[in-house]
Amino acid sequence: MKRMNYYLQVLTVIGINIILAVSLNLVSGFTGQLSLGHATFMGIGAYTATLLALKLHVPFIPSLIFGAAMAAFFGFIIGVPTLRLKGDYLAIATLGFGEIMKNILLNLKITGGPMGLRGIPKVTNIYIVAAAVVVVIFTLNRIMISRVGKSFIAIREDELAAEAMGINTTNYKILAFTIGAFYAGIAGGLFAFLFRYINPNNFGFMKSIEILCMVVLGGMGNTAGAILGAALLTVLPEFLRSVSPLISQYRMVFYGLLLVVMMIVRPQGLLSNTSFYFRRISVEKNAGKGGR
Amino acid sequence: MLKLENVVTHYGNIQALKGISLEISRGEIATVIGANGAGKTTTLKAICGLVGVTSGKIFFEEKDITGKPTPDIVSSGIAMVPEGRRIFPRMSVLENLQLGAYLNNDKNDVRKDMERVFELFPILKQRLKQVAGTLSGGEQQMLAIGRALMAKPRLLLLDEPSMGLAPMIVSSIFDIITEINQSGTTILLVEQNAQMALSIAHKGYVLETGRIVMEDTAENLLHNEQVKKAYLGE
Repeated sequence: MKRMNYYLQVLTVIGINIILAVSLNLVSGFTGQLSLGHATFMGIGAYTATLLALKLHVPFIPSLIFGAAMAAFFGFIIGVPTLRLKGDYLAIATLGFGEIMKNILLNLKITGGPMGLRGIPKVTNIYIVAAAVVVVIFTLNRIMISRVGKSFIAIREDELAAEAMGINTTNYKILAFTIGAFYAGIAGGLFAFLFRYINPNNFGFMKSIEILCMVVLGGMGNTAGAILGAALLTVLPEFLRSVSPLISQYRMVFYGLLLVVMMIVRPQGLLSNTSFYFRRISVEKNAGKGGR
Repeated sequence: MLKLENVVTHYGNIQALKGISLEISRGEIATVIGANGAGKTTTLKAICGLVGVTSGKIFFEEKDITGKPTPDIVSSGIAMVPEGRRIFPRMSVLENLQLGAYLNNDKNDVRKDMERVFELFPILKQRLKQVAGTLSGGEQQMLAIGRALMAKPRLLLLDEPSMGLAPMIVSSIFDIITEINQSGTTILLVEQNAQMALSIAHKGYVLETGRIVMEDTAENLLHNEQVKKAYLGE
């Protein structure tokens, strides 16, 4: 029974990480904007949802959605000035934003400072997470086969050409960033109501990098890849823990080593960009009705 | 149809265009020839609103389009084929063409335009589901032109369509450009290949370091001694 609970817990965490990875994949994989602050939006969602539940006794689902909306709002506010920047500059700007947010959380009274917030009711379970994953991936797929999704990919492929087609590239980048932040906010809320305790370090730079690793490992711009990357990188440390005491002690070393080897052997990620499933479908579907 | 009055642009502190004036009438092929760095591409980018104009005015069909955002300019009837083709390499040929019609919401209309593109470039129809980056250079250039035509331009801007292509393919591309022009699209062609450009154009401008130093009919420029020496290699 105890073992069963452990597996369910790991599975639940995988689900949360899948939401984080596919949402970062929207921003970095599909739209091509490298963000190093994705965990920050998760944090905003987690803190907002928690505070609403603890202080105002708002029920779980509205808290979760409001937390996600708050994350999206911050995504928008941050996106407007920073998404005029390109490549490395954007990465640094998102990194800076993450640090600012972390310091705000560390110093505000209402967020409990470095002590964080405790006593959050445990609501999140595998069913809720599974439902959230399905909703997120479904809506994301709808976006990606639409004109909006095509525009995201066009921006990644060639921003100047996209602009020459009449696509307002800045607006679309902000939109991708805002949607990505919204999903990350959902993941944050689920996280808070699962572990029942949050502190600013849960949502720091290392978490952002971890999410990015999932996306890169799975294959940038590939939803199936992001899902696979999230599952693998969640399970891997747990698996190494269970192999033998020696490996368990050095599990993070193996974890790092595996990432290095992966990137040398398969730099394009496990599932490469050209093979993601729903794009194939969309090409065929549109060929049927639109093109010919 | 298109009129540039004393257009000046800057890249940072560097003046790229030092006051360009040119005029294209409806139904014409006009060409701007010049060496690397003369400001040919910048001229096209300024027309499309991809580069800010410091001073001067740009009129399209009598309307002032100076400083307007690119989407507005594209929807007013100007489309550009960028230098180096710049197709979306990991998207299919179909998706590339669909993005060309980005501002057109009428699906039937888009389908009709696509048929027209297939008439000009039958090869694109065969390659419809192929990933664009795997096309040959010539096919990519055709796709880039087709993609621009999907925006239903009344004025088509072409930036070095001959770049990096074999001579035979260049001449077939230029035949198609003439065909597009004859079906009613006005064309502004920017080229380093002066011979080819002047042979299909009605009117030519010679650009040197951000200034227009000569303008005449294409015919006259082809026989001009200075042009021959500097650009036609004679």
